[in-house]
Amino acid sequence: MTTAVAAPTARGVVNPHAGSASLPVQVLVLARRSIKGALSRPQGYMPAVIMPLLLLTINSSGLSDATRIPGFPADRFLDFLLVITFMQAALFATSNAGLGLARDIEEGFMDRLALTPMRTGALVTAQISGAVVIAFGAAIVYIIIGLATQVDFHSGVLGVLLLLVLATWTAFCFAAIGAWLALRSGSSEALQGIFPLLFASLFLSTLNMPRDLIEAEWFQVVTRFNPVSYMVDGMRSLIITGWDGRALLEMVAVLALVSGIGIAGCARALRRRQAQG
Amino acid sequence: MTTMPRFLLAARAVAWRHLYKWITVPANFMPTFIFPLIFFGGFAGALGRVGDVPGFDYDANYTSWIFVFSLLQTCLFGGLATGFTIAGDFQSGFARRLMLAVADRRSILLGYVMSTFARAAVMSAVVTGVAALTGLEVLGSVAELAAMYALALCLSICGTLWAAGVMFRARDPQLGPAMQIPMFIAIFLAPVYVPLDLLEGWLHAVASVNPITYVMQAARDLLAGHPHDTSIAVYAIAGLMGLLLVWALTGVRAAERAGG
Repeated sequence: MTTAVAAPTARGVVNPHAGSASLPVQVLVLARRSIKGALSRPQGYMPAVIMPLLLLTINSSGLSDATRIPGFPADRFLDFLLVITFMQAALFATSNAGLGLARDIEEGFMDRLALTPMRTGALVTAQISGAVVIAFGAAIVYIIIGLATQVDFHSGVLGVLLLLVLATWTAFCFAAIGAWLALRSGSSEALQGIFPLLFASLFLSTLNMPRDLIEAEWFQVVTRFNPVSYMVDGMRSLIITGWDGRALLEMVAVLALVSGIGIAGCARALRRRQAQG
Repeated sequence: MTTMPRFLLAARAVAWRHLYKWITVPANFMPTFIFPLIFFGGFAGALGRVGDVPGFDYDANYTSWIFVFSLLQTCLFGGLATGFTIAGDFQSGFARRLMLAVADRRSILLGYVMSTFARAAVMSAVVTGVAALTGLEVLGSVAELAAMYALALCLSICGTLWAAGVMFRARDPQLGPAMQIPMFIAIFLAPVYVPLDLLEGWLHAVASVNPITYVMQAARDLLAGHPHDTSIAVYAIAGLMGLLLVWALTGVRAAERAGG
């Protein structure tokens, strides 16, 4: 028994409780647990996969006439709206990381972990990593769907790769925010309450129309202050424009800022939680 | 008070409890308001220029166009939220006790329909208030507006009957998506953004046979002060309610057979 547990080469039986397990090994084991946990609940992730595809299918058909608005930047609404799938995958990362962590806190897993040589921070990193890996996989699926539906990626192969990176980074931002909120509240119910706000941030952005074609002034102001608009515009530029330096730089700046806030928030909340015992 | 039949007394008790839980638990209360308002704000704010598309012929502005969709969505999804309450009651064991306590279990269904109807009325008022602040244009008369709200509130009954039918059978909140997704698809497969005539291909074909399309069109015409084909909408919603009533009642029977 002990031989199998201690042997790091045996597949799937690395014991993170062994004193010699490094932080990356601890994160790897816990991330695997997080991914398995998320994938074992299809009722949790299937709507997150199905809903964006439904919205994409229905809205791209229902709003196809919007491309006749003078100045509309794409020939097909489907190309314009494909970004909704990456954003929804990122939103799902919030629930994946946040709810996973909140459940671990509620069920006492985090407290039990603190009694072992493992670092509690490894659990947080693992929940975030697990959510990001799932979002990365979803982004690949959405790109394949885009290619299958003849979406013209104006930035070429390199642009598609960058799109994948940006979609994953966006998911990381949302996952970090989800983990931060979970650490602060320690309650999955409280975390559920935040989802409408995240959902609002998506729909109150430039998701459905470019900013210069938005008629309502109040909505233009909202989109300008909503960081999600910059994420949407950055990823979308790679699909319908090509290489738009300004859109990409704005997106990277927003992602760096949100990631920083998320990581700092997680670190602070974790320290506070550890100090409280 | 005491002359009220037991059936109605039981239904009223279920309705009061449901409304009380809705008002006192923010987790129940907030999403019912926030989601329709998000859709309304997001669509009315972003898509105003869609109203300028050639062939888009509607007397009121685009905010009014989207408002009707949001109103119907509010009512329909309010009914779906009741499905989660029913499933939660089964999980906590309350529904089992409730089914033992009442002589006629159909009163439980009626209670949920009554409370959701009342809740939908409140939510419709809130959505209307927000729409008024963001430029809602009302061209219809008071009677036409009353008819529009009546159609919307009937849709809340449809939503409740559908959700009750699913959750009396499933008795598990985890099956919520199986309850939500069909209704989500049904309302989005209506002319949400542009008139039916401007829809093309498969979406036009599907929207043409979707009963919600006729309810949505009639409600928009009533808001714009040009009632047109309202009778078709009435037939459509009456047909839907009839079918869904059978679905919900057989769901209650299924729960009875399963022992609550």
